[in-house]
Amino acid sequence: MQSKMKESDPILEVENLSASTDNLPILKGVSLTVYPGEIHAIMGRNGCGKSTLSKIIAGHPSYNITNGDIKFLGENINSLEPEERSQSGIFLGFQYPIEIPGVSNLEFLRVSTNSRRKFLKKEELDTFDFEELVKEKLEIVKMDHTFLSRSVNQGFSGGEKKRNEILQMALLEPKIAILDETDSGLDIDALRIVASGIKKISNAQTGIILITHYQRLLDEIKPNYVHVMSDGQIIKTGQSDLALELEEKGYEWTDNFIKET
Amino acid sequence: MGNENLVKDVVKEPYKYGFVTDIETEKIEKGLNEDIIKLISQKKEEPKFLLDFRLKAFKKWQKMKEPDWAALGYKKIDYQDISYYSAPKQKEKISSLDEVDPKLLETFDKLGIPLTEQKKLTNVAVDAVFDSVSIATTFRKELAEHGVIFCSISEAVKNHGDLIEKYLGTVVPASDNYFAALNSAVFSDGSFVYIPKGVTCPMDLSSYFRINSGDSGQFERTLIIAEESSSVSYLEGCTAPMFDTNTLHAAVVELIALDDASIKYSTVQNWYAGDEEGIGGIFNFVTKRGKCLGKRSKISWSQVETGSAITWKYPSCLLLGEESVGEFYSVALTNNLQQADTGTKMIHIGPKTKSTIVSKGISAGKSKNSYRGLVKMGTKATGSRNYSQCDSMLIGDQASANTFPYIKSQQPNSEIEHEASTCRISEDQLFYLQSRGIEFEEAVSMMVSGFCRDVFNQLPMEFAAEADKLLALKLEGSVG
Repeated sequence: MQSKMKESDPILEVENLSASTDNLPILKGVSLTVYPGEIHAIMGRNGCGKSTLSKIIAGHPSYNITNGDIKFLGENINSLEPEERSQSGIFLGFQYPIEIPGVSNLEFLRVSTNSRRKFLKKEELDTFDFEELVKEKLEIVKMDHTFLSRSVNQGFSGGEKKRNEILQMALLEPKIAILDETDSGLDIDALRIVASGIKKISNAQTGIILITHYQRLLDEIKPNYVHVMSDGQIIKTGQSDLALELEEKGYEWTDNFIKET
Repeated sequence: MGNENLVKDVVKEPYKYGFVTDIETEKIEKGLNEDIIKLISQKKEEPKFLLDFRLKAFKKWQKMKEPDWAALGYKKIDYQDISYYSAPKQKEKISSLDEVDPKLLETFDKLGIPLTEQKKLTNVAVDAVFDSVSIATTFRKELAEHGVIFCSISEAVKNHGDLIEKYLGTVVPASDNYFAALNSAVFSDGSFVYIPKGVTCPMDLSSYFRINSGDSGQFERTLIIAEESSSVSYLEGCTAPMFDTNTLHAAVVELIALDDASIKYSTVQNWYAGDEEGIGGIFNFVTKRGKCLGKRSKISWSQVETGSAITWKYPSCLLLGEESVGEFYSVALTNNLQQADTGTKMIHIGPKTKSTIVSKGISAGKSKNSYRGLVKMGTKATGSRNYSQCDSMLIGDQASANTFPYIKSQQPNSEIEHEASTCRISEDQLFYLQSRGIEFEEAVSMMVSGFCRDVFNQLPMEFAAEADKLLALKLEGSVG
C-alpha cells in the first residue's frame, strides 16, 4: 500500500533544514518527505522545534533558513513570501489563531479564498457566490452562520478558533496542511468535529502533517508515520504504534534515543 | 525583517491632486492691515455690518497670541508674507455655468467633481470653491423648490443679509481663538446653507475646497442653519497642489440646529501633506463648531483627516437644548513627517444632553498624531451622558501617538465614560493574513479599515468607500 503511494511525486520535501531566529539555532537538520495521501504526525516536547518547523514551511519572516531546502511539488520555496506559499497550496493551521479586530470573518475568508482561486485560475467569487460556498463548508465544522459576521477570531472561544482554522482549510483546499496543535484546548466533542472535518477535507491527493502532544487526535486520524522531535531534530520515525508507545512511556523515554544515537 | 525590506521597496503613491491650474488670477498684494481688509470687503461689495465685523475681528487678532499649546512643531508663520485674496480672473457677473472659465471646470473635473449640467453628480449638490471664491453651485433650482438655500457665503451676504447678520459669529465669535479671529477678519468665501422648518434636504450638499495658488492663504467660512424639525447631510472635500512652501488654511465652520433639527457634517480632508522630508504642505488651522440650540437637536461631525502638514482642528458641539445630541467620529491618519493635533469639545449645557466621541488615530512613518478632547458637564446638565473612545494605531516604530482627554464636570448627576487604547499592527497579525494568501499591502489596509470601521460606518456611503481607498493609498509603502 505504502510503496504504491510513493510511485507519485512527493508534495513536500524538507531536506536537512536548519534555521535560526535572532542567531539562535532552532532547527538542526530536519528532513521530512510527504507524499500524496499521507498523514504524518510530529510529536515532541514543548520547545523542540515542532511549531517552528511549521512556521518556516509557511514562510514566517522571523526565521532564517541557514541550511537545507524546502521543496513543494518539486520546486524550492525557500524564498517565497508567505502569501505565495498559501496561494500555491500550503496551509498552516495555527496553534494560536490570531485575532484581527474590525476585519469581518466573512470578508477575510472571501479575500483569502479568492487569492487561492486566482492562483488556480478559477473565477473569483463575489459576495453572493461566496456566501453559497461558505455555507456548504460551515457544515463541515458545524459552525453557525453568525461566525461570519464577527471579527476574525475576536472573542472566539478556543474551540471556535480551531474550527475557524479548519473552515479556512476547507475553503482553501490546500495540497498540504500542517496543523499545529489543532487538538489542544478542545473538548471531546469539538475534537471529534475538528477531526472529522480534517478527514472530510483530505483525500488521496493531499498531504497532512499533524503536530500534536496527544494520542487522542491520532485515534481519530490515524497517521501513516509518527516522527519524534527533540532539540531541533527528528530523532525517531515510526508508524502509528510509535505514538501509542510514546503516550505510554512519556517523552522521558525519548531522551534515551538521544543517548543511544 | 523580511517585511521591513519589502516595505522600503514599495513604491510610494504620488499625491494625485498635486497639479496646478494655469490660470490668470487676480491677487492682492501680500500683507495684512486695515486697508487690505477694507479692500477685500470692497471687492466683495459687502454691507457695512460685515466690514465692521471684519475690522473688529482684526483689532482683536492683533492683540492675540498664536496658540502654542498643541503638540505641534512648525516654522513660525509670517502673516505679512501671505496674500489674503486670490481669485481666478473671469467675467464680472456669471449667470450660468457656460460662462465659467473652462479651465476651472476642467480642474474640478480632474478632481472628480464635475460641475457641468451633463456631467454633474446626480445625488449631491456641489459648491466648488477655488482659492478665495466660489466658482459654481449645482442643483440650486431643485433645492430652491424645497426652500433650501445653498450658495456661496458671498452671495448669501448679498441676498440673505438678514440671516448672515443674525447668525454669523454666534457660534464661533471672532474672539474665540487666534485663527478664528484671523478668519473673521479676512474670510473670502465658503458655503452657506439654510434649511427651512420641517424640510429634510432632498439631497446631500457638498462643498469642495481647492487651493491653487501657492502664496495665498485660504480662509473660507461656512455657515449652516437648520430650522426646526429640518435635517441635512453636508460633505466637505479638500485638495491642493504640491508646493514646496507651506500654505495657510484657516477656516471657520458654524452650524446651528434648532428644535428637533439635525445636521450631519462629514469631511474628507486631503490637503497636500508635504513630501517625505516634510517640505511643503498645508498648515490647516480650522475652527469648527456646532450649536445645538434647540431641544432634541443633533449635530454629528465625522471627519477623515489624511492630508496637511499640520492639522489643528477640534470640531465641537455646544449642547444647549434639552436632550440635544452631539457626535464626533474621526479618523486621523498621519504619515512621513505629518503632524496632527485634533479632537473635539463636547460642552454639555442643557439637561439630558448626550455626546459620543469615537476617535481613531493612525500614525505611520515619523509622524505625530494627537487626540485632544474636552468633555464638560455644566451645572445645569443634569442626567447628561458622554461616551468617549479614543484608539490609536501605530505603524512602524518611529511614529508617535498621544491622547489628551480633558474632563470637567460641574454636575454630579451626569456620566462621563472614557476608553482609550493603543495598538500596533503586529507581525503575527500580518503573517496570519499573509499565510492565508493575502498580499502584504492588502493585509495592512484590511487591518487599518477594520480599525476605522466604527467611524466609516458613520460616513455617507460614497464617502466611506472613498475614505477607505484614500487610507490605503496614503499608507502604501509606510509599513515596517
